Amino acid sequence: MAKKEYSFYPGCSSQKAASGSNYQTSVETMCDVLDIQLNTIPDWNCCAASIGYAEGGELPRLALSARNMALSEQASPGQDIVATCAACWLATRETKERLNADEELMKETNEALAAGGLTVKADQNVRHMAEVLIEDFGFDELGKHVKKPLEGIKIAGYVGCQTNRPFGIDGESFENPKYLDKLVETMGAEPVENYDKKVSCCGGALAFSEPEKSQALIKDIIEAAYDGGADMIVTPCPVCQLNVEAYQNDINAKYKTKFNMPVVYYSTLMSVAYGKDRKQSGLDGQIITPKQLEEIAK
Amino acid sequence: MASDAINYYRNNFLKEVEANVEEGAWVKMCMQCGVCAGSCPLGNAWEHTPQKIFMMIRAGKRDEVLSSDAMWMCTSCYNCIARCPRELPITHIMHGLANYAHRLGLAPKNQPTRKFATMFWNNLTKKGRVNELKLGIALYFMNGLVNGIKVAIKAMPLGMSMMKTKRLSPMEILGGHGIKDTSGFHAILKKAREIEDAKMKKFD
Repeated sequence: MAKKEYSFYPGCSSQKAASGSNYQTSVETMCDVLDIQLNTIPDWNCCAASIGYAEGGELPRLALSARNMALSEQASPGQDIVATCAACWLATRETKERLNADEELMKETNEALAAGGLTVKADQNVRHMAEVLIEDFGFDELGKHVKKPLEGIKIAGYVGCQTNRPFGIDGESFENPKYLDKLVETMGAEPVENYDKKVSCCGGALAFSEPEKSQALIKDIIEAAYDGGADMIVTPCPVCQLNVEAYQNDINAKYKTKFNMPVVYYSTLMSVAYGKDRKQSGLDGQIITPKQLEEIAK
Repeated sequence: MASDAINYYRNNFLKEVEANVEEGAWVKMCMQCGVCAGSCPLGNAWEHTPQKIFMMIRAGKRDEVLSSDAMWMCTSCYNCIARCPRELPITHIMHGLANYAHRLGLAPKNQPTRKFATMFWNNLTKKGRVNELKLGIALYFMNGLVNGIKVAIKAMPLGMSMMKTKRLSPMEILGGHGIKDTSGFHAILKKAREIEDAKMKKFD
């Protein structure tokens, strides 16, 4: 396949020594194999995720994403904007749709952007990396690059919330999306059938402000993976990944469980299956080690 | 300004919400089916479910709605939006109500998500990108120094494993990540805030 180029919005968690830096590492490795060129939006800013609303309100919040789109239009006109973080994708796509649907909001947003010397048309598609993989490449093409099939590993596909709602991946249902399971299969592993918590919420940002309530949700997500016989969980979202991996000790202490369930990104699975080593696959960023992947990546 | 708007709509909270709350014009469309309430991951933690909040708005229960900590339980999972048969953007209405209550100073003072959301916004707007270390530290000390030390000690093993896996850097304390054009960035946000505030004024 010919090289594909996208305007890339990496987001705060992807930065060096940030919580999703291992996601970024594996995305770069995966894109290298698939001959994807990511043109990072110059001087991109935070999107405010889904927690900035309380202080930020409507227009300042939308202006954040509009600034990124304006910079992308200058640097990579005509290219689709691709985000790897679910919240980045959602905030940017929501802003694009809101601006296109509401002339007044478009006018006000441009008035705000003008104060920083920018202007926005919001005419680029805004897509999640999972959409790019499935729609622009497809499972057959993704499977062609597999060098080390992930045989004998059972994986629960945890899609989570914001990669799935309100926009979702084209053609997939909100209640029972299958693309992550198909991707697991494409990489040679076995998906957990009927993983009932696949689109349940991990608490998102409330994992920080309401830890007990969120950890009760996370506990169910991990428990259901164990019930399905999973060796590990895979997710496309950096908040899901962090929340489900990082609080297992706290949950074990509170609920007397013995959870030790690795949680990896789809791009980590793909990098390992594509024959890349531990570091290139971002496995050195796991708090809970997925031993079977480490074996294969050796 | 804000207080004048309140006086004007004192007797019609629905109109006030329609005018001043993000996506508030949708509130009248709720048909009280309750799918949102049944779909919320933290449904049991809401003092009033979204369904109930919509009816309370229409019943003019201004203080009960705006001073409630209900909307602050929204995890932004978008289940309610995906399932609402009338296609109300419920998540955004809840965010809008929370923001409006916050702006008017009516939101519960020590509501943890309210505090965290403010810390998050201040953190990201300072340099244009989130500083995860400073955000984490601010979060630990959200409820004062003594409690903060307890929380920070409890969180230490996690912090250590985040650093060991290079997903958290102590160097962020020295400044950390940020954008280059902070002055343009701040000018944009200032202007956006002015426009938004002016819109609230026009109901004086």
